[in-house]
Amino acid sequence: MPKPTSKSSNIIVSVTDLSFSRGHRQIFNGVNIDIRRGKITAIMGPSGTGKTTLLKLIGGQLHPQAGKVSVDGSIVNQLNRSQLFTLRKRMGMLFQSGALLTDLSVYENVAFPMREHTKLPESMIHSLVLMKLDAVGLRGAHKLMPSQLSGGMARRVALARAIALDPQIMMYDEPFAGQDPLSMGVLLKLIHVLNNALNLTSIVVTHDIHEAFTIADHVYLISEGKVIEHGSPKQIQTSESKWVQQFVNGNYDGPVPFHYPAADYQQELFGIVASKSIQS
Amino acid sequence: MINLIQALGDSTLSRLSTLGRACLLLINLLTAIGSVLYRFRLLVAQLYSVGVLTFLIVVVSGFFIGMVLGLQGYTTLSDFGAESALGQMVGTSLVRELGPVMAALLFAGRAGSALTAEIGLMKATEQLSGMEMMAVDPIKRIIAPRFWAGFISMPVLALLLSAAGILGGYLVGVEMLGVDNGIFWSRMQSTIDFKADLMNGVIKSIVFGFVVTWIAVFEGYDAIPTSEGVGRATTRTVVYSAFAILGMDFVLTALMFGDL
Repeated sequence: MPKPTSKSSNIIVSVTDLSFSRGHRQIFNGVNIDIRRGKITAIMGPSGTGKTTLLKLIGGQLHPQAGKVSVDGSIVNQLNRSQLFTLRKRMGMLFQSGALLTDLSVYENVAFPMREHTKLPESMIHSLVLMKLDAVGLRGAHKLMPSQLSGGMARRVALARAIALDPQIMMYDEPFAGQDPLSMGVLLKLIHVLNNALNLTSIVVTHDIHEAFTIADHVYLISEGKVIEHGSPKQIQTSESKWVQQFVNGNYDGPVPFHYPAADYQQELFGIVASKSIQS
Repeated sequence: MINLIQALGDSTLSRLSTLGRACLLLINLLTAIGSVLYRFRLLVAQLYSVGVLTFLIVVVSGFFIGMVLGLQGYTTLSDFGAESALGQMVGTSLVRELGPVMAALLFAGRAGSALTAEIGLMKATEQLSGMEMMAVDPIKRIIAPRFWAGFISMPVLALLLSAAGILGGYLVGVEMLGVDNGIFWSRMQSTIDFKADLMNGVIKSIVFGFVVTWIAVFEGYDAIPTSEGVGRATTRTVVYSAFAILGMDFVLTALMFGDL
């Protein structure tokens, strides 16, 4: 596996020798990731490998046990709360569930970060909210409540809210999970268009191979706490690693076994029968 | 045996760390008073949902409690020909004890459980996380207004419950059972002391409001973010609040009125 190149101003987020565990479970063990400015980077891996945890570590919601996460020059795990909040104003995050505030309308949800962090007059907030909603194609839905939106629409509103303060970095947590083909197409286009139009850096956490390979400039594959492979989508597709081939082609058995670790099958089946017959 | 000791140690440690988290949250809530006043509209909205929406259940219950007190009090007092003391009995027991305690129990059941469920669900649906990622402190924006609204509402609700109870006692004692109207009110007026009875009752309800709302917001904030976790947290709010109210009522009563 090639080691990421040394830091330069081209790298906006860099994760160095990151280790993180929850309870007794080691989630990351010496992970190195560099995210390049202005590009779309996909972080991929099987469910439960800690992809969402990685985003939370980048956003400073979790603290690593070892290693460091630096975002645009600041080391996230060494910032105090107010410095962290200042940094987060430059980051947008799209949660898997959308995380819209259920007691506020679509309009108020998008206006929320502006009202909290700026002193803009109401007329300007009005224009900005409608512009952000128009960018995701939901200007007409600004009066609806989150409960009246479909899953895909909720995610688009959340996206409009995430870009409300014009962040430099956008993080997407499983943006394609559970979406129908239409919503998926819309989200794919939005991530791509917004990244270019707003000059963003996007980090997309996903396990949808096809979608990730369509938009990503760079892909990281993570499994069992380590980066298994990284490179452009083409490099990943032509990788000789058996693990990568299994993941990319979706083969049911391979280096990642189909069976959860278990005792010997015959022993378990016949062992029980044998011991019962002895008892009787 | 070793397993038993280990389990005991484990559970003690986890309880201590929960208590620690609760205290940290409390410190954050107390220091957030400035931002709560700054966002006064949020506080008013919570005063409505925590306080005003609990008003009806508190007043109706208070009325029935007063009616029962009037009925039972009359039956016992009339055995000794002392039914003239009915006003005193109804008033004292409501202002000193039943007002604060019953209002707090009802508050825990109606508003406390709702607070826990609301905050817990906000956590489960990543709304609190989302807010943090938008650089907005959920403790200041969501939790603190709810906490302070509960703290403010509780004494008012307790006084309203006492007032409704006294009216209930009057209805049964005077209007239905025939205790003299003037004696009912004058005995109450002459025996209930503003400082010793009324203010001590108010102090009790302030303490109960503080503790019940603290338990409710903490349980919601600390809930395991699943539907089962939120359900358990809601139950814990009601159970812990009830214990806390009744336990503290004894301690406060002993300090205020007893010669222990």
